[in-house]
Amino acid sequence: MRKRQYTRYFSIYILLVSFFWISIIYSEEDRLIKIGSKKFTESVILGEIATQMGKNISEKVIHIKELGGTRILWNSLLRADIDIYPEYTGTIIQEILAEHHIQGEIELEKTLKSFGIQMSKPLGFNNTYALGMKRDLAEKLDLKNISDLKRYPDLKFGLTNEFLDRGDGWPHLKKHYNLPQDNVRGLDHDLAYRGLESDAIDIIDLYSTDAEIEYYDLKVLSDDQKFFTDYKAVLLYRSDLQKHNPRVLKNILKLEDTINEFIMIEMNGQVKLYGLSEKQVAGEFLKRYFNIVSPIQQDTFLKRLMSTTIDHLILVLISLTAAILISIPLGILSFHHKKAGQIILGITGIFQTIPSLALLVFMIPLLGIGAKPAIFALFLYSLLPIIRNTYSGLSDIPNSIRESSVVLGISTITRLRRIEIPLATRSILAGIKTSAVINIGTATLGALIGAGGYGQPILTGIRLDNTTLILEGAIPAACLALIAQGLFDLLELIIVPKGLRIGSEA
Amino acid sequence: MIRLSNISKSFNHNLALSEITMEFPASKTSVLIGPSGCGKSTLIKIIVGLIKPNRGKIYIDKIEVTSQNIQEFRRKIGYVIQEGGLFPHLTAKENVTLLASYCQWKEQNINQRLEELADLTKISFNLLSSYPAQLSGGQRQRISLMRALMLDPDLLLLDEPLGALDPMIRYNLQTDLDGIFKKLNKTVLMVTHDLAEAKYFGDHIILMNQGKVIQQGKFEHFLLNPAEEFVREFIQAQRGFSTR
Repeated sequence: MRKRQYTRYFSIYILLVSFFWISIIYSEEDRLIKIGSKKFTESVILGEIATQMGKNISEKVIHIKELGGTRILWNSLLRADIDIYPEYTGTIIQEILAEHHIQGEIELEKTLKSFGIQMSKPLGFNNTYALGMKRDLAEKLDLKNISDLKRYPDLKFGLTNEFLDRGDGWPHLKKHYNLPQDNVRGLDHDLAYRGLESDAIDIIDLYSTDAEIEYYDLKVLSDDQKFFTDYKAVLLYRSDLQKHNPRVLKNILKLEDTINEFIMIEMNGQVKLYGLSEKQVAGEFLKRYFNIVSPIQQDTFLKRLMSTTIDHLILVLISLTAAILISIPLGILSFHHKKAGQIILGITGIFQTIPSLALLVFMIPLLGIGAKPAIFALFLYSLLPIIRNTYSGLSDIPNSIRESSVVLGISTITRLRRIEIPLATRSILAGIKTSAVINIGTATLGALIGAGGYGQPILTGIRLDNTTLILEGAIPAACLALIAQGLFDLLELIIVPKGLRIGSEA
Repeated sequence: MIRLSNISKSFNHNLALSEITMEFPASKTSVLIGPSGCGKSTLIKIIVGLIKPNRGKIYIDKIEVTSQNIQEFRRKIGYVIQEGGLFPHLTAKENVTLLASYCQWKEQNINQRLEELADLTKISFNLLSSYPAQLSGGQRQRISLMRALMLDPDLLLLDEPLGALDPMIRYNLQTDLDGIFKKLNKTVLMVTHDLAEAKYFGDHIILMNQGKVIQQGKFEHFLLNPAEEFVREFIQAQRGFSTR
């Protein structure tokens, strides 16, 4: 009878929890036209231009910016998490569809169509990869072409992580030119210029439309053996957009063949070197070339803070609540069944060891981009501290008290509810507090997959080398962690039974 | 009345109890005594089902105790241990009434019973709102006794209930306990390692050593007819008793 009751409670509980997750996973936002962009400035500017162009027709167009690298954007497009994003022909052929060995535009369009994707005509500029270095060093070593690099095997390379393992990236470049350098470090593109400036590295990969090339007076090494192909900027969009929102699409496609190299380099420079926002730069472009005046409200600091705070709180609260609901029962189960406990603690321990960035990216094929995958990843991270503390809180109950409660002859559930859980509250709360603090910190990474939050200004700040912007995310995140800590200390005063607090004071 | 039949228990191949068969007569106070590790506490824990014996059976009022009916029996057993085993997060009153609330007693009956028991155990009523940490050792044991008696159980098991108290408090509590046992006329089984206490309470004394019963009966038998050399040594080891 008691066993049955226990099982019944447990199954009701499992149902509730499953319902919780299913409702989160299948919650649908309004049908919006979502434009994505990668996490480098040019992509964000193009995304913003396309967004404002679309907004001119419909308010339902939004920009999900700085979504990370090519794979994330492509997969999001396939999953319809986004509808349009700016891409480069070379990247599509060499990287995204590399295994199709595409020759020529017609074949490219045909292959894309088989994925339900279409490609705009080129926007008007070619942004190819290149290798670059400081001019004085190049002159000193008499380096003009990439093939000249063979003579200096000790040069230090600092390449973007994506370039390091792309099909059209470093490994093939090295083979093509038979380059001897092994001293190659992976780093963020925006940090690479600073590395070059401080002589920490000698050679970096460049995008030919980077405004920094001129600004830092860099020497671009000539691709004398024709390794890099064309990287014409295009827009990739879902074929179904033609059906759902033909007018918006048509307006956005007016951008075809309107942005030449010089315009792009200038716009990149305005953002990266002169601190204008992508919104402003995009607005300026549309005004000048399309005579479209889009209302640009530059968000005030407080408004931005409000919106990042709300995003961040949503990530933390939902994932933490779910983790609490699941972890406490799992902790109890672990305590009552040592075998199951070992398995539970083992599995959640493994989650804890997966690097947060990797876990976030693993979530994308399952849950797409945005808040959902971030919430789920944060949830997984929050499990272990709570489970472990529930388990140890129960284990630490003195034997004499445990035996006295067993001997009363009350049901397992009552014993848990009236005696064991109250006695373990302090430990359980401490576990929740640990989870909350970890969660608040880790949630800043959610911005990488479009979840927003305090990570968004940090990400943009890193990209634009703007410390103020970085602090705009970092300081509130730290404050939130401190507030959470304080709240839990307060909560302890309320929740931990009075008799236990008296005990610890005496 | 409790009957133990052929109870054996070993922990990690160390024999703690070896084929114990005995009866604890109804309405009498039996005292289990013996040196540390003789198995007396193990025996009492087996009776309330905290430890499962490897072999043997327990009968309470001629009914075999099984895992199906153990909860029912537990509610008919009052259990008091050395440090009281009071739940630190509950007030004295909540400790005492927890089980009655669980059994859905009426508020009125609970309060009435609480008054009776406070009277019986000489606990002043205002102490009942205190938490265990605010009570003295003696007061805690009295509250623990109240908790054990709340449902008016047939059987009272006490595992070294006075072991942690200092002599004066212990003396007073011994006197009061004896009064309570006589008044309630219950079957009592008490574990102690103190011979004087055993003599004071015990209608029936059972001396154990190394998992076996060495001798049982009235205290005088132990003095006059020690069953073996160990009995003489055990008595001698507790100053103040002479076998001569």
